Amino acid sequence: MSALLELNDVEARYGPVLALRGVSLAVPEGAVVAVLGANGAGKTTTLRSVSGTVKRSGEILLDGKPVRGGPEASAKAGIAHVPEGRGTFTELSVVENLRLGAYTRRTRSLKADIEQMAKYFPWISERGEQRAGTLSGGEQQMLALARALMGRPRLLMLDEPSLGLAPLIVKEIFRIVRELNEKQGLTVLVVEQDARIALNAASTAYVLEVGKVAVSGSSAELRNDEAIRRSYLGY
Amino acid sequence: MAQFFQQVVSGIASGGIYGLLALALVLIHRATGVVNFAQGEMAMFATYIAWTLTTNHGVSYWPAFAITLLASFAGGFGIHQAVIRPVERGSQIRVVIVTIGLLLMLNGLATWIWTGEVRAVQSPFPGGTFEIGGVAIAYADVGTIAVCFAAVIVMWAFFQFTKVGLALRAAAVNPNEARLVGVRVPLMLGLGWGLAAVLGAIAGMLTAPSVFLDPNMMQSVLIYAFAAAVLGGIDSPIGAVVGGLILGVGLNLIGTYVDFIGSDLRLPAALLVILIVLLVRPAGLFGKPEVKKV
Repeated sequence: MSALLELNDVEARYGPVLALRGVSLAVPEGAVVAVLGANGAGKTTTLRSVSGTVKRSGEILLDGKPVRGGPEASAKAGIAHVPEGRGTFTELSVVENLRLGAYTRRTRSLKADIEQMAKYFPWISERGEQRAGTLSGGEQQMLALARALMGRPRLLMLDEPSLGLAPLIVKEIFRIVRELNEKQGLTVLVVEQDARIALNAASTAYVLEVGKVAVSGSSAELRNDEAIRRSYLGY
Repeated sequence: MAQFFQQVVSGIASGGIYGLLALALVLIHRATGVVNFAQGEMAMFATYIAWTLTTNHGVSYWPAFAITLLASFAGGFGIHQAVIRPVERGSQIRVVIVTIGLLLMLNGLATWIWTGEVRAVQSPFPGGTFEIGGVAIAYADVGTIAVCFAAVIVMWAFFQFTKVGLALRAAAVNPNEARLVGVRVPLMLGLGWGLAAVLGAIAGMLTAPSVFLDPNMMQSVLIYAFAAAVLGGIDSPIGAVVGGLILGVGLNLIGTYVDFIGSDLRLPAALLVILIVLLVRPAGLFGKPEVKKV
């Protein structure tokens, strides 16, 4: 398997603060890869460096081609970033959010694509006109996911999808992500605070510590290594 | 009673114009977060362009109207890219000051190019009136109302049904998120400024025949538009239009039936509306009250 996404020695900073100190990782085509670590370890910044929402240096390759410029360019290149805290247009309707998800695509099948999303998330078909801001937290997260899928991304990046959601809903979201991965070969890079959930979904994981990769390996390895589990994953 | 209805109809016509300019203010307020003090002068400038085309270059009215709209769109877009965009990320007061600078600059420029002389502008509509049930209605009023409503409906359809319109709304409500889905936000905001300039140009061209054209022509109209936008809610497009109509009809009726106000006190009355709305219901009729999160 070749790597769809590759980060080589990526640094990123917020003003004077260095948030990533040379992160290298690879996401194989068709894989689910998790980025784990404590608060402030640089998980979110890793995703942001890929989508171009933070100033970064180092090499980021998608399909062997360098990813440059701002988030507009990343979106166009096929990277869908679902940011932390949902990231829906709360003032716009559900359907409008979905339409925006397909913004970079020239498509005539918008309706069919929205219907496809309604198959994953049945509530969408009844509440298309509802304002996104009036949805529950779980529904907003699902909408953010559906909106990302509307762009038919090469790479889906999820930032803490479990944040603030009930366990059942988290389970449902990860079930759908896994299904998309298995049935459609969707490549996923997921950032999670909750290592247990993430390791269940991912085949490979990287553990970050103060802006660097501290440990990496297959999910099984990380899960079964008592020392790693205790010191990095906290369970 | 006939007088009452006549006043209502002409009030709707002038209210439609206030509504258009108010809609332009709302568009820019949503896109850039500030009130554009130069909106009236941009409209005045556009009206001069139309006047020059018809008077000096022999273009007939409606083609000149269309050319002016295109020029206004380019002008509004250009103004955003050239002078608003560089200060947009700073505090809002900087943007406000730039719009005030624009107001003075456009006013001075228009005086320099076209002199301050007051010009008569032809109306595209036939003069005279027709009667419905004893009420005399001016053709000009009906024409003005038709153009205003057409403009509002076209705008609404653009924002509601087109991809670009949706992207523009997304860029205005949540620029960071919009960039993540691939929307080029600065381009969209420039587009918003262009469309606002177009609405203003229509308002200016509809105003000119009744008040004559001079560089200060739009200043009082801008005050009415402010009042309309504040009344409707500065972030509400529907509010701007409804606010404009209420103001147009209301001021007309008050001017007719309340003796001591007459036409001299129309402008202070509009300011009074602004003051009262800001005191009683700052969000306006259609606005959502702002909730400050602590």
